This record gives sequence, structure tokens and C-alpha cells, in this order.
Amino acid sequence: MRAILAALASSSDFREKLQKKRRALQDTLVKNKNEDDTQALVPSTKLSEEKLQTTMKELQSSEEDPGETLKRTLRAQRQRRKKRLLDQSSAQESNVEEISTIQHHSEDEGSADRAGDSGVLSRPPTGSQRGHSGMQHSASSQHLDSFVTRRLEERLRAARSKGESLQQQEASLEPTSRLQSLRDRDTVTRFDKIDPDRAGRHDDPLALRTRVTFREAARRTEKGLPTAEEAYNFFTLNFELEPQDGTEKKSKKREKQKKTTEKDSDEEGGGVVEEQEAAEVDEDNQDENEDQSEAAPLVRDEEEDLFVIEQSSRDFLEVKKAEYIGYRKRIQQESELLFTPSFRTVPTTIKLPENMKPRYLEDEGLYVGERPPISLTNENILENRILKMEEGKKWFGDDGRIMVLPDPIKESSTRPPLFHMEEDLDPALQTVYRKAVKSKYANLYIAGAADPEGDYQLDVDVSGLIFSHHPLFSREHVLGSRLAQLYDQYLTRQHNNLTGHLTDKLNGLRSALRNILEIHGGESLTQAMQRRISEYSLEVRNTRQLRDSEQEKDRTLLKHIVKVWKELKALRDFQKFTNTPYKLSLRRENVDRTSDEREYEDEILAEVVELEVEIEEDYQKKFAEYKKQLQEWKLCRRKPKTKKKKRKKKKKGQTQDETEEEDEDQDVSESEGPVEEGPPKPEPPEKPDFDSIEQRVREKASRIRRKPGESILIPELSASGNITASELCPRPETARREDVTRRSLFVKILYNDKEVSRTDSRSLNTDFRVHFGQIFNLKIVNCPQSINLQVFEEIGSSCYLLAQVFVPVPEPSVVVDRVSLEEFEFSSNQRVMFDHEGVGSDVPLSFEVDGSNKQTLLTSGKLSCRVYWGSGEDDVPLAPPVSQQHGGIHSGLSRLDAVKFIGASGLYDMKKIGEWATQSRLDPNDPKNASIMQLLKVATSGEVTAPEYFRLEQLQEEFNFVTDEELERSKRFRLLTLRNQEVAEFRNYKCVPSLEREVTDKVFQEYEKRLKEGEIVDTKEHLDSHRALVAKYLQKIRESVINRFLLAKHHYILSDLVVEEEIPSIGILGLNFFKLAEPKRPLKPQRKARKKVTAQNLSDGDIKLLINIIRAFDIPIRRPQSNKPGQSSQSAIQGSDWLFSQVQVRPFVEVSFQRTVLQTTTADGPNPCWNEELQLPFSAPNGDYSAPVLQSVKDEVFINIFDEVVYETGVKDQDRAKSIHTRVEKHWLGSVKIPFSTIYFQSRIDGTFKVHTPAVLLGYSKERSYGTNGAYDTLRSLSEGAFITLFITIEPQLVPGESVREKFDSQEDERLLQASERFEREAAQGYPDRPCITTVTDLNGKTVFITRYIRPLNPPQELLDASPDNPQETTALVARFVSLIPSLPDRVSFSGACDLWSTCDQFLTLLAGDEEEHAVLLCNYFLSMGKKAWLIIGTAIPEGPTAYVLTLEQSRYLIWNPSSAQYYGQYDTFCPLQTIGCLVNADNMWFNIQQYTSPMSVSFDTTKANLWKPFFSRSFSHPGLSSVQPEELVYRGTDKAAAAELQDRIEKILKEKIMEWRPRHPTRWNRYCTTTLKQFLPKLELSGGQDMAEGHRHELQSLLGDNNISGFPLHMPFSEIRPIIEAVYSTGVHNVQASNVEFALAVYVHPYPNNVLSVWVYLASLVRT
Amino acid sequence: MATSNPSVFLLSVNGQIEGANFPEYDNLYCKYCFVYGHDWAPTSGLEEGITQITCKGSESSHRLIWNFPLETTFKSTNPSGWPQLVVSVYGPDAFGNDVVRGYGATHIPFTPGQHTRTIPMFVPEPTWRLQKFTSWLLGRRPEYTDPKVVAQGEGREVTRVCSQGFVTVSFHIITKDIKKLGYDTGPSSLAHTPSATSGWSTVDQPYNVE
Repeated sequence: MRAILAALASSSDFREKLQKKRRALQDTLVKNKNEDDTQALVPSTKLSEEKLQTTMKELQSSEEDPGETLKRTLRAQRQRRKKRLLDQSSAQESNVEEISTIQHHSEDEGSADRAGDSGVLSRPPTGSQRGHSGMQHSASSQHLDSFVTRRLEERLRAARSKGESLQQQEASLEPTSRLQSLRDRDTVTRFDKIDPDRAGRHDDPLALRTRVTFREAARRTEKGLPTAEEAYNFFTLNFELEPQDGTEKKSKKREKQKKTTEKDSDEEGGGVVEEQEAAEVDEDNQDENEDQSEAAPLVRDEEEDLFVIEQSSRDFLEVKKAEYIGYRKRIQQESELLFTPSFRTVPTTIKLPENMKPRYLEDEGLYVGERPPISLTNENILENRILKMEEGKKWFGDDGRIMVLPDPIKESSTRPPLFHMEEDLDPALQTVYRKAVKSKYANLYIAGAADPEGDYQLDVDVSGLIFSHHPLFSREHVLGSRLAQLYDQYLTRQHNNLTGHLTDKLNGLRSALRNILEIHGGESLTQAMQRRISEYSLEVRNTRQLRDSEQEKDRTLLKHIVKVWKELKALRDFQKFTNTPYKLSLRRENVDRTSDEREYEDEILAEVVELEVEIEEDYQKKFAEYKKQLQEWKLCRRKPKTKKKKRKKKKKGQTQDETEEEDEDQDVSESEGPVEEGPPKPEPPEKPDFDSIEQRVREKASRIRRKPGESILIPELSASGNITASELCPRPETARREDVTRRSLFVKILYNDKEVSRTDSRSLNTDFRVHFGQIFNLKIVNCPQSINLQVFEEIGSSCYLLAQVFVPVPEPSVVVDRVSLEEFEFSSNQRVMFDHEGVGSDVPLSFEVDGSNKQTLLTSGKLSCRVYWGSGEDDVPLAPPVSQQHGGIHSGLSRLDAVKFIGASGLYDMKKIGEWATQSRLDPNDPKNASIMQLLKVATSGEVTAPEYFRLEQLQEEFNFVTDEELERSKRFRLLTLRNQEVAEFRNYKCVPSLEREVTDKVFQEYEKRLKEGEIVDTKEHLDSHRALVAKYLQKIRESVINRFLLAKHHYILSDLVVEEEIPSIGILGLNFFKLAEPKRPLKPQRKARKKVTAQNLSDGDIKLLINIIRAFDIPIRRPQSNKPGQSSQSAIQGSDWLFSQVQVRPFVEVSFQRTVLQTTTADGPNPCWNEELQLPFSAPNGDYSAPVLQSVKDEVFINIFDEVVYETGVKDQDRAKSIHTRVEKHWLGSVKIPFSTIYFQSRIDGTFKVHTPAVLLGYSKERSYGTNGAYDTLRSLSEGAFITLFITIEPQLVPGESVREKFDSQEDERLLQASERFEREAAQGYPDRPCITTVTDLNGKTVFITRYIRPLNPPQELLDASPDNPQETTALVARFVSLIPSLPDRVSFSGACDLWSTCDQFLTLLAGDEEEHAVLLCNYFLSMGKKAWLIIGTAIPEGPTAYVLTLEQSRYLIWNPSSAQYYGQYDTFCPLQTIGCLVNADNMWFNIQQYTSPMSVSFDTTKANLWKPFFSRSFSHPGLSSVQPEELVYRGTDKAAAAELQDRIEKILKEKIMEWRPRHPTRWNRYCTTTLKQFLPKLELSGGQDMAEGHRHELQSLLGDNNISGFPLHMPFSEIRPIIEAVYSTGVHNVQASNVEFALAVYVHPYPNNVLSVWVYLASLVRT
Repeated sequence: MATSNPSVFLLSVNGQIEGANFPEYDNLYCKYCFVYGHDWAPTSGLEEGITQITCKGSESSHRLIWNFPLETTFKSTNPSGWPQLVVSVYGPDAFGNDVVRGYGATHIPFTPGQHTRTIPMFVPEPTWRLQKFTSWLLGRRPEYTDPKVVAQGEGREVTRVCSQGFVTVSFHIITKDIKKLGYDTGPSSLAHTPSATSGWSTVDQPYNVE
């Protein structure tokens, strides 16, 4: 092991180690010289090895010994020695010790110290040891020397002979190993070096030098050394041997061969052989186990020794002593092996490189992190240990301490602990529900405050207060306090002595500047020097300016003090008493006039010189600039070539100029002759006026400085003056003084806004100072948030708050001795005025005689107090730990705020921060504190510019993952946004593509088109620019309303979400009981309510429209075809034709809805009964069945009544009666239109409707009751036309969209609103089925009381003028006008169940409105026409809740349907109005509380309170509500041209459409008929659509002769083109299939005022017979 | 199907409505339906279902077991409107009227794998005490107009509810292409944390990478 170590270790290390070991050995040698414990030290492992070797050797020796028994021991010894030497030579490279062992042996052989040798066994004694030992054993070594030499000689000889023989063999064999061998040789040489000179020569391998020296020393003791030559030979021999060893290593075969030969050889050779063999063995052993090399010497030693003492027996036996190492020895040995570092501190000098002083980086201002805590002993141990090491010093820093990184351990853990409660649950997926905890107050309590140890004490020391102004100040006091302030200022200035500082600095700078200039004299200055000089001069200038300003301030301050004092004195003189004790005295300090003057002059001179230099510099700079400009100017001027002569002259002049310029004295412009055009000539800078400089400087000096020789004035303010006694003062002053004495002050202490204590009340002194001197100990439980001191003033028993002072919460370290009294300024802006001498507060005050220069003083003062933490028994501040306030949670955010981060959040006062920073000894170089240091630097440098903003969400930008523009550009995002906004096109957009690129632009096309269309007026669609504009306007209103509704839609009430049974009332229970008794199958079954279906989960085809057509009355009957135009009397028809043509009419009903057409069977007669149910499928637009979409479905159900006419045609003569060709024609008789929205909202429509029949039906007569059933006549007296009974519903029943419950804002009186709410509620409770409306919503979305809508309004004058003598006709015309305004249900337009009431002018502008608008307008017209009119709020069929108009004419009540201009008598059976809820006029509204609701059974006498419940009654009178209607309606005149144009366009469109609907048949137009029809239409309009058919028909008949005409005029108000087309389509005229059919189409548009248009379309089909 | 650039992702939900814990009631059955947003569409499986009526066993736990399988696959383009399972439990009251015993909803788990959800159930409360009595008497307890309202937040503030019991549902979720569309629902955050769990994170890695 040793060998390995040795082999690995560098030789130098090794050497050192050896030295140590040797020293140790020596000691042992000395001690155990005589002890014979050689074997004991042999380690067992080595023993075994050793044995192996010895056995081998013994083998050899056993061979030898028998042959050599006679030989001298010496010889044997010598042989062994040789062998050993060879061993060494082979092994020494790695194992140096052995060599020394050999040497040792060679010296001490046979001596008693072999124990020492063997003790070394592994620890080889080196040469040096030998040196020592040699000295010690000089006696023994003396006689050994001769023995050694002899042996060496012998060995030499033997070796030489052998070497020579081998050399030839092996050298040729192994030339490559030369190098190695050479090295080996060197070492070998060293070992056995005898010659010191030689040693010196061979010492180039450094590693061995020391050893060599040792050896030399040892050798000097030796005598009889071999000669140098001998030694040399010896070594060369050895060297020759070496390669052999090397080869042997490689080829074992050869070794073996050799071995065999060697074994056979004789004694002579035997030595050699043995040598070789030993080498071999050693070599092997080394290969196998290098310990062998160590063991070998031991064995040899033993052998040697044994041979010396006992020769034979030892060859076979080894006797060893029991292995024992003495304790002390072991200690010693261990001390060699082990190292115990010392505890003691290592002096820094050792740790540092020589001649170095420790350097403390921290002191030099560099940041040094905090060292992790290490105990001193450990550190010492570590240092000692390191120092032992090679290059140990590199571990030490410049400060002589071990280099250490800053402590990386954070004080608190930065990562929250993760608890795995259950192993199978992935903690990331586990939801942890936490209750919301209001932690604000929970954290306020200081942890541990409950237990007695944790009490914290805050001491508040209120010392006193001084008023700098108080309302009770007299004028003198004001001046006095000002004087005192100025004096204070003066004192602080004196104390700071800025002027002095600056003066000194200035002088210093000047002298420095002077020095520089002097030293370098006139020599050229280096660049750096020049820069420095300029810097200096700049500094001088700045400093001078600073000093001047400071001096000026000093001087003005002094002046002010004197001025105020003078004012004070003047005041005292004036008022003849003194109130204040202030007295100012000016002390003069005389100065040496001459020296002062000199200084003064020097100063002025210096300044003048400096200024001159500066000005000169400035001038130079300017001049250089000027020159440059001039040059440019000249260049410009030279270019334009003028007269040559002049130019020459000029040139001369210019050169002259230039020279002059260079002399820089004269102005150039003078010599310039006539200046030509070009850039203006630059003006040269003005020559500085040096004379004025001095003057200026002197002026300034006299202004700001004391005059030379003038004595220095030092003001001294004392309060020693006498105050005039009160008796001597005038009355106002005494009053003031009395007032002062009445006042007293106390201070309340508020902790966290709670009063905790208050001082005693102290009276106000005449000097307006109050001393409290009280300390309050607050034991606190809550964390301190604020400490507030309130100053109260007490007058008599009343007291009021004067001012508040907020005292910062002290830092936890602040205790009584660390804080001094501080003065906190306070002020109050209370206005106080007195009638006595007191000046008051916030009152303008002037000291001037004329009252100018007013000042306003506010009560102010200073409160001196301090707040600190109480200290406990062991001087520990009783403060809560600061860490509580700044929890670890916030650390992330608070890091942004420097002040907060360091835990000084309470300190916003810069001064305090500074103090705190110095107190807590913040490391200014710690990067953590950089921000606060910066802050402090700014703060101390003067202007504190705290940022005047704060940032809300300052991290917002961090979280933006794309910019807003990018987000805007994203199509997908846009799509999602639009969908979320419930824009109609995208409201139900399914599956928004997941990727941006998959969103096509097509998606937006429709939407964008719509947006664009909002801008462009589509005249094609509307045919009329006005209507287009109106439509646009309506669209806008609609959008705004829709948006509002969309918002409102998201408000839910309970019934939206929860289905709940009503509490059964007694009535319902009774009804239920009654139901039990009902027959199972009643004879007259009643319709039962079906279950309602939410529209959500419906799809196309699910919804069906059920139309039950029951019967019809008074269908027009056919008029027999007659070719005689004259035959037209009714009697003739009745008499002959009716009997003649038995078939009056064969009507059937065709229902068309969404272009689906179904028809009933054909019935007979004018009063048919079908009783058929038709099912029409309904499909919602876009397949969206949500309520808002369904509401806005504009489709209408057309119920058309047709007459089926069968013509027999093509009856051929050949086979009569065999083939009869019949042609079926259907002739339109009339229609009923019901909008889908009405059905949707009503959910069922049940009733008899008037069929809208055309005014003229060609071929039909409207005569009724030809038969005997005259009994009906009375009932039908008032009603005309045909009627049809229908039942319409939707299957399944849909839930109509709920009305919006949004409460609109209102301008109505709140009382009125409440009353109306109450009224409606009561009405709804008492009569749930009667509509009651008190307030309505206007177009602006505001709630308006309904009576405001009623106001007499003038109808168009045209209408009134039409038939002035016939009021009845006028009335009808007005009603017609109103009905011609298109009707547009609000539900459809606003897609919400919200009724918006527009005023009449809005209605007339929009030209579209609901029934209410029509009714209101009609009612208003009637009122203006002098009729008694009311608005009826009720329900009608098919509209549902609607509004009608009631008029009283000739004691007869008439009910007007405003949408159709029809009127009904009160007792008309066919009046569509079913229920009357309430009546409204301009003054009041009445609710129907009668038993019945139908118009027939209702009394309209509103005065009867038991029949009509008025809204405004005696208890709640009409508040005089003004109308929302305009005073007068203004009508635009009729535009006939526009009407004519529209007429043409409609005609054209309709013709195109009809042709379009007949794609397979040619459509021929009968022009003649068309023109004829065209003439009829105006007549129809004039007659108001009344029947005037007879003459007209005859006329037609006569005109068209034998044509079979069927046709009719359609009449409708004009809104858009689409309804007209629909109406025409629904008549089915185009369906005539006959081949010879011709058509006639005439359109007439009649204009009414205000662009109300009445459209007539006359359609006819002619079939030639 | 194996397009490299998918435009939809799929969410396959298997599982079962295991059972319920309604200590007071017996003979209950359960209806379920899925509520999902605009961008979702079921591609296969039943969207709605109704279980058998189950009675309490005699064992001590008194759990009601349905073991009603759920198997639905959704496709979607947008995680917004992630499907929710709405369950409502019905059963006869003392008079034999079928009344609702609880509503509950839970989101389908986001991450692939097996999940078990215990859904707390509740029913709307009658408005007045008298109504409570009459509704009890008549067997017409207040019900939601649509069970799906329990899956939405809008308008819930107007209702008052009473908690009833629990329904346990187990899910086996498989997703496809979610990651490809840029939505990371996997527990990747755990996998990336250099924690001691890196052992299983490597196991998990293949799933995450894909």
C-alpha cells in the first residue's frame, strides 16, 4: 500500500512524508534501540507476502546453502546485499524508501538498530534518517564502514563481470527501453552515490535533491569509500542491468529460462543469478502486489540479522515476538498518521500572504454579504486544517477570513408545503374548497396578545404645544411670532453656516486653480490639465453663484428681522402697551477695517477676473461661430457673378475685412459696400464691456454683502421684555386677555381611531404655549394602525376640536431613550372672529395703515410629543414583532415597493427614513437596499420628487399575452365576441372554429352587409325615400330597445326558474270539487289548457299551426252572367236568376302561411259550414325556436275565401255528353289576415272575424239574405260584409316570451308612480282578465302616465275641408286616414313584449305603429273635432290586448277600430272588441269594475263610481299633468308626383311578379281593360272603399263585352312593397290556367297628407268566352 | 381521421351513475342530461337518460345503487361551454306522488383518466311556509322549470334551495386532439416541476408530449 501511495504521490510530497516518518522513526529508534520487537511491527498482510517471498528465497538459498555452507557469512551477506540493491534499482522509481533502507543497512548493518529498520519495514528510513541515526550511532557505524566498503568492492567486481556478459546480450535486445533505464540509472546513482560531486551532478531531478543532501551528510561520516571511478563503474553496471529488468517485465518466458540457467550455474554465477532472480521476484511481486517491495527489505533485514547471528536455523524458521505496540508508541505513531487541528484562533498573519495587511472590503464600501453562522471553534478548526494543506492560503480572503458565500438560506420558506393526505389522489387535481375568511381584522390582533407575556406597551408622551398662530393673538403677537420664526430661521442658518462653507470652498477652489496655473506656468498644458482647469473654473462659478445667493439670503433675513422688529416696536408705541416679551437686540461686532476692506477688494477683484475670463470665453465662442457664419455667407455671396470691377474692389474690401476680422476689432459690415441679395450678413457679437463688469460686481456685493469695515450685526432675541399689566391696557385688549385666560386646551389620544386617553386640561398662557408633560402608557392588543392626537380647545364648558396630529407608529426598536421629542405641526382652517383685539383666524389682517397687503392667518402651531414602545424589565421593547404586519404572502408584491419591502412601511417621512436607515445601519451596498438608498439620496439632495401618480394594476401589461390590436384583428375572437353580445346573426352560431384560419370572412359578410345597409338607404325595397329614412330610424330605435331588452332578459324571477303550485284558494278547491262531479264525456266539450312547451328544444316540423275553420256568413254570391248591361235591378235577379242558377256560390277556404297552402272542401251557399281543421307546418327562421326569434316572425296567416267555379268547356258536338271537359276556376272573395305574432302571443284565437272583402267583386254581389231568414237582419243591421268563424292555435303550445320587467326610469312624480302601481295591482287582483294600463313606456324608454297622451290634436285640414257640410263623412275620412297609417306591432319591431307608445307626431313621422298609436291619434282627432272621445283599453280579436276609441255621438256610443276605420255600435254583435278594461281621457282614467266586460253589457257612464273606478279621485286629485303630445301637428302636403312615380313602380313590380309566378304560361295583359280599371280606382278611393260597384261593373261589362271577367280591387295602406306582393299572391289570381286568359292590373296610389299613402291594386282576369 | 391538423377535439365520456346517498328517501330514480355550450356537439351516445328505480339494500350503508352507464362522445372546437352532467333524482313521497328529490350538476372532468365525482344534490324550497305544507300535501313540490338551470349560473340568485343528498358518478375520460389545438388539460404542471415526483412524471411523459 505504501508503494502504491508512493507511486502515486508526487516525489516532493513523498519526500516530505518521508522526512516526517524518518523523524518519527528516529525517535522510536532512540527509544527502542535495544528492543527486539522487529517482527511485531510487521503487519499481518505483509507477513504473508513476506513469507511467500522468504520461502522463495529459501528455496534458492536451500540450493545454495548446501553448496556454500563453507562460505563466509560475509559473502552470503554480500550476495544478499547485491540482490537487494538490484531490487532497489528496479523498484526505487516507485519506492524510494527501500533504497534508504539499503543504505541504512549498509551502514548500520549488524548493529542493534535493526529493530529500527524493521520497525520501518513499511516506513522506510531515508537517507536523512540515516544521517541522523548515523550521528547517533557513530560509534557503531565506525567499525562498520570498513565492512561496507569491502562489500561494495566485491559487489562491484561481481557486477562488472556479470554486466559485461549481459550487456552484449541484452542491449541489443532492448534498445527501446533505454530511456526508462536511463532514468532508472539516475535514481540508482543517487542511492548509492558516494561522491558528493557526483551527487551534485545528478541532482537535476529535483525530487531527490534533499535526499541527496542528506545522503551526502551521511556519507561524509563514512570512511574508506570506494573511489569515484569504482562507484561510477558500479553504477554503469547497474545501468546495464536495468533494461534487462524492463524486458523481464515484459517477457516472463525469458525470465524463466534465465531462472533455470541461473539455477544451474555455480557460485560465481550464482551471485549474479541471485541478483537477477531477486530482481525478477521483485519485479513480479511489484506487479502483483507492490507491498512486496516493502516487505522485501524487512525480510532481508531479518535475514541479514539472522545471518549475522544465527545462520542456518533462521533460514527455515522465523521466530517472531507477539505483536504488541506500546500505548505511547502507538500514540506517537498515530500522531504521525493523524492530525488533530487546533481549536485556537489562527493569527491572521499566517493566513495572509506575507507582508499583507488584512483588507476589509466592507469598510471600503463594497458589499459583503452576510456570512452564514458558524461557531468560532468550528471556524478555527477549519482554518487550522486548511492551513495544513498545500496552497491552503488560497482559501482565505483578503480580510484573513475564510472565503464564504453569502448565506443562501432564506428566512422563511418560499414554497408552500405540500401535504399529501391521501396518496391516491393527485394533489393537482384535488379541489380544495376554502371558506372565504375575512382576514382583515383577524390579522389585526397581535398573535400572543392574549397571554400575559405578550403584552405590548405603547407610550405616548405629550409634552406640550406652541401656537404659531391663534385666533386670540393680538397684532403684536402676530408680529412677535413672526419675529420669533425669523429668528429661529436665522439661528438655524447660523448653525448651518452655509455661507461660510461655500466661501471656504470657493477659496479652496480658487487656490487650487491658481496652483495649477502657477505650477505649469506658461507651459503648454496637457489635454487633461486643460479639462481639469475648465472643470475647476466651472465649479468656481457655480460655487460663487451659490454663495452669492446664500449671502443674499442671509442679508435679506437679517433685514427682515430688523424690519419686523421695527414694526413691532412701532406697534407697541402705537398701542401704548406691550403684549409680548420679545426684545431684539443687535450686537455689533467690530472688525478690522483695513483687513476687511482688503478682503472685500480681493474678493471683488477675484470675481471680476473670473467674470472677465468667463465673458471672454463666451465671446470667443460666439465669435468663432460668427466667423463660421460669415464664411458661409461669403461663399453664398461670391457665387453670383456681378460686375468684374466691383467684384475686384469688393474682393479687396473683403480681404481687408478678413484682416480686420482677424484683428477682431472692427465691425466688418461697414466696409461692405452695397450689399447684394443673399442671406443676411451675420452680425458679429458685441465686444464685452469689461468696465461694466466691475461695476456690476460691486453693485452686487454692496447688495448682498456687508460693506467693508461695517460691523457685523448679530441679532439676539430675548423674551425678557415686560408685558404691560392688564389694568393699563385699553378695553379691547383686556377683553382679549380675559378671553385667553378662559381658554384651556387638552389633547385626546386616539389609538386606531378610538379614544384611549386624554390629557388634563391646561389653560392657555399669555404666550400661547401649553405644557402638558404627560406620558400615557397604552397597553395594546390590536396592531397599531394609527396614532392620532387631537387638540381640543375648551371655552367654559364647551370644547371643540382645534386640530389633529397624526403621529406615525414607531418602529419596534424605538424605545424611550432612542427617540426625542418631536414637533408636529398642525393647523386648522376654522374661521374665528372676535370683536376684541384678537386677530382671529382665517380673517384677513393688515398691518399697513391703508389696509393693503392683507394677510390671512390660520390657526397653527406645533405639538411636541413622542411615541415609543415601552420597555420591559430587561429593556426589551414591548413591541409586537414586525413580521406580522408584513406577512410572507405579500412579499412578492411588496418587493416592488422599496420602503415596504424593508419593513418600514410606516415611514413615509423622508427624514425619518434617513434616520431609520442610519439607525438600523442599512448596508448601503446591499443590492436589496439599493432602492431605498436611491430614495434617500434624492430626499437628502433637496427636492423630493415623489411620483405624483400611482399605477393601478401596474402588472396588467405583464399578463397581456397579445396586444390589443392583435386581439382585435383575430377573426375568431370577433366571432366569439359577437356571439356573446347576442348579435342576431351570431346568437346561435354553433361550433365556432377552433383555429383562427378556419374562420372565413364569409361568416361576417351578412353581418357587415347589414351594418353597411344601416348607412345606405335602400330605395328599391321601400320605393319611397321618406319611408326608407323612417325605416332606418325605426331600425335604430329597434336596436337600442333590443339591446336594452337583451340586458333585461338576463334578469330572472323565481317563476322563471322554479315551477311552484299556487296556494289553492277556496274557490279553486271548490272548483276542483265541482270538477269531480263533471261528466266524463260532456256533450259540449270545452277546450282545455294544454301544457306549455318551452321553445328551446324544438326543431323544424315540431310546430304546427292548427286552423279550425268553422263557418262563414254572408259570402258574396255569384251574379249570373248577363250580356245585357241594362239588366241590373235586384228584383230581376231575385226573381229569375236565383231560381235559374241554383248555385249561388261554392266557397272554400284556402289558408296560406309561409307559402304553404291548404284548402278546405268546398261548401255550398253563402253561409257555409266547413268545420275543418287545417294543419300548417311552421318553421322558424334559421331553425331557431327561441322566444325572441319567434316573437319577431313577421309572417302572416292568410285565410282566403274562394269561390269554386266550374266551367264546362270544350264540349264537342261529335260526342256530346260523353266527354265534358270542365275547367275549375277559383275566384277570390275575401281574406282574413292574422299575423303569426298575434297567434303566438294569444296562443289561441277564437272568434268570428270580418272578412276583408274587396270593394268591388266583379261577378259577385254582396246582397245578402235572399232567403227567408230575415230574423237575423236586426242583428246585422249595422254590420256589413262577410264573416268567418275561426279557431287558430299552435300545436304544441309555446310559452310566449315573457314581458320585460325592467323598471324604466321616469320623470313622473314618485307618488304618482306608486299610486299607479297600486292601482294596477288592485285591478289585477280584483279582475285579473281585464287589462289595466296606467303608465306606458315612451320611445325613450321612460315611463309616462297614460293620460298625458290624450290631447286634442288637429287632423289635416285637407280632410276637414273635403266635405265641410257632412260631419259624418269627415269623421269617416279622418278614421280612414288614421287607418291608412301602416300598422306594425311593437312586438314584431322590438322583438320584446313591450309596448312602446309613441306620441302622435312621432307616429306620423314613423308612419308605423301599433293599435295604441292609431287609437291615440284617432282619439285626439276626435277630441279636436269636438267629439266626446275616450280611449278604450281592452282586448279584441284577433289582436288581443289593444286600444279602441269610444265616441259619444247623438247619445249613442260608437266603438272605433282605429286600424280598420270601422266603427261599431255598442250593441253590435260582430264588434271585435271583447273586453273593456279601462277608459282613458286627458283628465282621468277609469277602471271597469262592472260585472261584465263586453261592450254590449257595459255602461259607459264614468261618473258612476260603482261602475268605474277613477284613478284620480277626491283623495288623489289630478296633479295637472301636462301632455306629452305637441300642441299642434304639422302636416306635410301631399306629393302627387311622388305618388304617381310610386304607382308606376308598384305596377311594374307587380306585373313582373305575376309573370314570375306563372313560369309555364304566357301572361298576356289586356291593356284596354287595364286602362279602364285604372279609371275606376280613383273613384273607389274617393268613395272610401264603399260599394259603388254596380255602375262600375256595368261599365266594365259593356266595355269588355263577351269576356268573362273576374277581378277585384285590393286596398291597403302603404308601408313596403312586400306586403302588397304577398297580398296579391294570396289572392291567387295568377293561378288561372286557362290558355286564353288575359290579365289586367291597375295600381293607384292616393296621397294623403304627411305621406300617408293609400294603395289600390285592381286585379282582373279575363277569359274570352 | 388521423389528420395532423385537427379542427375539432373529441371528448369521450364513459362512466356510470353509480349510486346515491339519500338517507331519508327510498325508491328513487335518476334522470340525467348533458348541458354544453354552443361549440359543442354530441357525436354519439345518449344525451339524456333515465335510470331504473332502486331500493335501498339491507346493508348498513343504505346506498341506492343504479350503476347506470353513461357513454357519450362530444366534439368541440372550444373549451368554453364544457359539458356538464346534470342529474336529477325523483322518487315517491309519502302519498305516492312522484316528487323531485334533488338536482345536481358537475362538469365532465377535463383530464383523461378515471374520476369519481360526488355531486351534492339540492331541491328548490317553497316560497312560503304555507306553500311548503300544501306542496307536501298535494305532492306538488317546487321544481325547476328545466333541470338544466342547475348547470347555469344566471338567475340562480332568485331561488332558495335545500340540500338533500349525494349522487356519485364515475367517469372515464378520453380526449383526442385537445393538446393539438393548444389546450393543455393534462397535469403537465406537475410533470415539469422538478420535484420528487419526477419518477412518475417520466412515465407520464408520453401522454403529455402527444
